[in-house]
Amino acid sequence: MNELVHPLHRFKRPTVVHTTFCPGCGDGMIAQAILRAIDGLGMDLDDFIFVSGIGCAAWIPSPLFYADVLHTTHGRPIAFAFGIKMGLPEKKVMVISGDGDLVAIGGNHLIHNARRNIEMVVICVNNGIYGMTGGQAAPTTPMGIQTTTTPYGTVENTFNISQLVKAAGASFVACWTTAHPRQLTNSIKKAIQKKGFAFIEVFSQCPIQFGRKTGVGSAIQMLEDYKKRSISVQEAKTLSEEELKDKIVVGELVDVEKPEMVEEIKKMKERASGEKG
Amino acid sequence: MSGKRVLTGRYFMMGNVACAEGAIAAGCEFAAGYPITPATEIANRLAERLPQVGGAFFQMEDEISAIAAVIGASWTGRKSMTVTSGPGISLMLENIGFAIGVETPCVIVNVQRGAPTTGMPTVGIQGDMVQARRGSHGDYEIIALCPSSPQEMFEHTIIAFNDAERYRTPVFILSDAFVGHMREEVVIPEAGKIKTEYRKIPPEGIPPLEIKGFLDEDVAPMPIFGKGFKAHVTSSCHDEYGRRNLIDISALDHFVKKLSHKILKHKEEIIIVEKDYEGAEIVLVSYGAVARAAKEAALRARKEGLPVGTLRLITVWPFPKEEIERMARQARWVIVLENNLGQIYPYIKAEAARFSEVSFIPPKMIGQLHDPEEILTTIREMVK
Repeated sequence: MNELVHPLHRFKRPTVVHTTFCPGCGDGMIAQAILRAIDGLGMDLDDFIFVSGIGCAAWIPSPLFYADVLHTTHGRPIAFAFGIKMGLPEKKVMVISGDGDLVAIGGNHLIHNARRNIEMVVICVNNGIYGMTGGQAAPTTPMGIQTTTTPYGTVENTFNISQLVKAAGASFVACWTTAHPRQLTNSIKKAIQKKGFAFIEVFSQCPIQFGRKTGVGSAIQMLEDYKKRSISVQEAKTLSEEELKDKIVVGELVDVEKPEMVEEIKKMKERASGEKG
Repeated sequence: MSGKRVLTGRYFMMGNVACAEGAIAAGCEFAAGYPITPATEIANRLAERLPQVGGAFFQMEDEISAIAAVIGASWTGRKSMTVTSGPGISLMLENIGFAIGVETPCVIVNVQRGAPTTGMPTVGIQGDMVQARRGSHGDYEIIALCPSSPQEMFEHTIIAFNDAERYRTPVFILSDAFVGHMREEVVIPEAGKIKTEYRKIPPEGIPPLEIKGFLDEDVAPMPIFGKGFKAHVTSSCHDEYGRRNLIDISALDHFVKKLSHKILKHKEEIIIVEKDYEGAEIVLVSYGAVARAAKEAALRARKEGLPVGTLRLITVWPFPKEEIERMARQARWVIVLENNLGQIYPYIKAEAARFSEVSFIPPKMIGQLHDPEEILTTIREMVK
């Protein structure tokens, strides 16, 4: 009998025998969506440099993906990725990290690189909590939720990450949940091919630090909840802000062409070295 | 302006400009920074010159991203640098530790200014000497050079790049506002006379799982990105293959010690000092801009027949303790001169005090260069 091999097996670093994700975590689903997108485009992991920060989602590529992977300091992966992209403009650079990493401590790098519209793919896994450190409130934790650092309920408004990146100037922004793995895979394919800053937010269940502690429930219940709360970008246009309050607007929010930084740098160098007038 | 890498010739040049030219001559292709006095002229010059030779300077959103981008670029095989002053270094420290941890060659120029905190930007002091050594968390070793003239801003930047490449580590240039803004003659030699080094990388085609790319005291080959090495690079505790290990304290012990020993084992090749103390009973120990005053004071003292010599630390880190001990065995009095409240003094005293009497002279006012005449007054008192 032939041995059954996972279709994405060749993308796994041979030394990795298990992931670090808790049972029910959405990170494994997102890892698969990323690898299926790369596979679907007929690309190889050697076409990519993966960069991640600190937190559970940062361990999606590190060390799982059998590729060049830079696992960086908390909040800074996009800034590291900037240097990598400028050094290897012909490679695809993909940042995979969580909402705490990319939007809380690293928020400045996120908005500035969206503004620069530098070609890279940024996948932001939004689980609405600090999972790795044991369930502390994040800038994405809904108002009123009890967490380990907000025992009397969160008192802060949340970020709408996709809208933030859209406003900052990214040329591609999509938002999905782990209940939309196929749509997510398709958007990742588009993001990889995008000449510009391509950002994908993925709502992802953390059944251990979020579901269990807030009472939202198990991984299955959280996925059901995502399905219930998701509405399409088109549908959302017809709703008021109040009606959208607890909704997750899914789909592709931005897909435009605009000047991309690596290209602009190339032109600038030609001007400076006198190669072109 | 010419698009050449090496602008061979004689110039009347500002120290900061000479630093930028040294970087380009050393093969720097990528620079990132954030505007800050008194280092800005380096950034300005790099922004103008790097694109002419195929590189670029990038103005980032802050110093944290500047050093991050520099490290990222270095992992693509590009010689990279950042330029800043004390407040910028304070922001960079976490990622400087990262660069040390994953063994990333890069050059960090700190044109020191009046501190602490936002301090006095246009005044030179030597206030960040220990920060470079101990600023990032954990045990580590660092290499730091202290130029005292525009000519040395050029030369030391080249040495810094070569050390960074050879030992796969960040290297500091600890200049200050005086040396950075000083204008003097700078001689840039012919390109062929400038020695430049490049990091070892693994042989092409090597199976990725066989690459030992980290934690070798004799410097592991760097599995730079984009070559199919499939490098796993993490600043978390890791082994020679880059595999993360967060549960075994013997792995941590190995990680900490190998990184430090990599520098300490090669101390003798790294350390540069300038000594002129033969037969001297009094030795003035200094570095950077202050060494100019020490030299002048020693010269005047000798004219008066006083037995005064100098020892100048060009590499302050790793600390040249053997050189200090050698000097202290001969001297009767050791006088440490620094433009601060005594940052390197305790390190010197620890080595020298067994053999000689060690004292410290700050400038009359912090931020002012020592007056050679005042140093001389102290010396005269001493030998009375």
